[in-house]
Amino acid sequence: MTTLQRLEDNPIAHLTAEDIEAIGRELDAIRDEVIAARGERDAAYIRRVIKVQRSLEMGSRAVLLFSLFPPAWIVGTAGLSVAKILENMEIGHNILHGQYDFMRDPKIHSTTWEWDMATPAEQWQHSHNEIHHKYTNVVGKDNDLGYGIMRVDENQRWHPFYLAQPLWNFINALFFEYGIAAYDLELGRNLKTKKRRSNPIFRKNLKAVGRKIGKQALKDYVIHPALSGPSFLHTMAANFTANVVRNVWSHSVIMCGHFPNGVSTFERTSIKGETRGEWYLRQMLGSANISGSKLMHIMTGNLSHQIEHHLFPDLPASRYAEVAVKVRALFEKYDLPYVTGPLPKQVASAWAKVIRLSLPNRKPTPDPDPMIPPRRPVAEPVTA
Amino acid sequence: MTSPVRPTRLGHVPVTQTLRNGAWRVVELVTTPVVPSDYLDVIAPLRNPNVLRARVEAVHRETANAVTLELRPGRGWRPHQPGQYVRLGVDVDGIRLWRSYSVSSAAGQPSGRISVTVNAVRDGVVSSYLLAHARRGMVLNLDLPAGDFVLPPARPAKSLFVTAGSGITPVMGILRSALHELPDVVVVHSARTPEDAVFGAELRALAAAGKLTLIERHTGADGRLKPADLAELVPDLFERETWACGPGEMLDALADHWSEAGAAERLHVERFRPTVLVAGDGGSVTFERSGAEVEAPAGVSILDAGEAAGQLMPSGCRMGICFKCVLPMRQGIVRDMRDGQITTAVEGDNVLIQTCISAAAGPCHLDA
Repeated sequence: MTTLQRLEDNPIAHLTAEDIEAIGRELDAIRDEVIAARGERDAAYIRRVIKVQRSLEMGSRAVLLFSLFPPAWIVGTAGLSVAKILENMEIGHNILHGQYDFMRDPKIHSTTWEWDMATPAEQWQHSHNEIHHKYTNVVGKDNDLGYGIMRVDENQRWHPFYLAQPLWNFINALFFEYGIAAYDLELGRNLKTKKRRSNPIFRKNLKAVGRKIGKQALKDYVIHPALSGPSFLHTMAANFTANVVRNVWSHSVIMCGHFPNGVSTFERTSIKGETRGEWYLRQMLGSANISGSKLMHIMTGNLSHQIEHHLFPDLPASRYAEVAVKVRALFEKYDLPYVTGPLPKQVASAWAKVIRLSLPNRKPTPDPDPMIPPRRPVAEPVTA
Repeated sequence: MTSPVRPTRLGHVPVTQTLRNGAWRVVELVTTPVVPSDYLDVIAPLRNPNVLRARVEAVHRETANAVTLELRPGRGWRPHQPGQYVRLGVDVDGIRLWRSYSVSSAAGQPSGRISVTVNAVRDGVVSSYLLAHARRGMVLNLDLPAGDFVLPPARPAKSLFVTAGSGITPVMGILRSALHELPDVVVVHSARTPEDAVFGAELRALAAAGKLTLIERHTGADGRLKPADLAELVPDLFERETWACGPGEMLDALADHWSEAGAAERLHVERFRPTVLVAGDGGSVTFERSGAEVEAPAGVSILDAGEAAGQLMPSGCRMGICFKCVLPMRQGIVRDMRDGQITTAVEGDNVLIQTCISAAAGPCHLDA
């Protein structure tokens, strides 16, 4: 049962249960159409992006061997930043979603892909594909809402700790890949007690992250600088800059996915009993898009089509643009808010929310409206 | 990928090897998180020793229905024995499909090339694709040669080859490599018409030169070859070491005929068309590593069926979106419970399937 967190501006009050199931059927039909058309074009696309990314990375790193010279530093850093963004967004994120598993190419497969990130692919797949995409915007279940360190909804109780959340969010943006690694490890939760700290699964994951960070750091801050000889420090700075640029970019894009104004959050109800139609509806209302050019969509890994991505996380991302036309028509048909806007507007909106919610609510949380019938009780207690 | 340093007999690792391994580690760090060959693949796909590939160097049309591809195998290739087959991985409409083809060229070509001859089979996705689209310069995926349809080291004094249709391809590989070592050769070959006989001209030329005895049979006019006919065509039938390749029914009939004569060990057969998989409802799922087997009805995911049988299954969201439950299917047939799509695997395919949304549509073997 899809229950909205904030009932006073319920955007689905006008929908009947039949409407919701009809939406589900229409979305299934859109999905089937893409599945039937999926093939050569999609395989060629991802192979081309990988080729471009690898060539760009090799080229930029070659230029950075001479980063002592300012023009080489600028060109190399810019190229490496773009290469890292492409690698994380359009390639890594999407392959790890299984979008290209249909190709049966063992090299481009969700089970074998590893990416240029502090977090090992497997851990990220768990926290992202399994938890976030299943429990999208369910407060208390989807930790992507605030990553466990931020207050993202008026209904969450305020605590003085949240006063600093704009600062946390800024630091998180700069070092996003480490934030994600800590998040995938559930560091906050797992460091709390001695028992959790010594949990063998946690230890194993911690070790894997340590190894990954070690290799990544060695590559960017030792090996490549060393190869540049006299340009050692310049290359090191270039790699650091490229990592920060990539981190800030992906943090911004990801903030736009679920934080901007107009996006709904949901009650901590179990997804047990949620129909396929209701699941789809939750994805529709819980996500927001970024409008822009084709280049913009590629650089965001098509996460600018967050709504379409959340409806069909396993369809090739380059299909989202064509799917979006039909999805948007469906939103209009059922009079639902399709949240979208240009990047600066969406980023500002997300940041405004982070800042607003760092302070206590201006008015107290409204008491339950006596005119709204009591909600169906949740059958069983939900444990995180 | 680094290979572990192997100690020498004295327990020491040669200095040069230590240096080489050390240098390689550095190269791997340069490219982490991927391996160096992932970058080299952008430039030179054939040089990757971990992923065997082949470049199509030439394409010859044999008949209206058959095409020969001359292939240059990349690094990692191991020369074949005549009569063996290779598996080719061909991307058809973006999906990599693997099929086995006999090597039709002689062994040990100085050019390092091999050739396979592809006969378009009815409803054959890969063979029709290659017939229509194979071009010089195309890169295909390749597997090492396999199969025991080969001549013994001690060559037989008298030999017989019974083939039909594209069953001639492995035999052609044998004849091109070893005909000069075989003193008495009879080839009985069936094709629908003389024009349909793949390598017909070459075989006829060999027969005219007295190198072998060729008996052609044209099923379009003479009907199918029956084992009983062979006694007439080849009087010393059971004195000959025999290799047969062709459709399953023909091979079954020949096997019966040879067993009845008590000469089963003199007949070697090669079956090149696996059993056709037909989608049904449900089926038995075998977990090859644990040995567990469970009857999985249609509408029950393989994940649930496996767990019910006490099998340890990787799993995640159970909704088909998280890709945590993916397992290799060695052979079998499954149906996607969301949209009814069928996925099949034959031996050697190892198709990765999502167990949470796949139901058995026939017998399935999983690597778990």
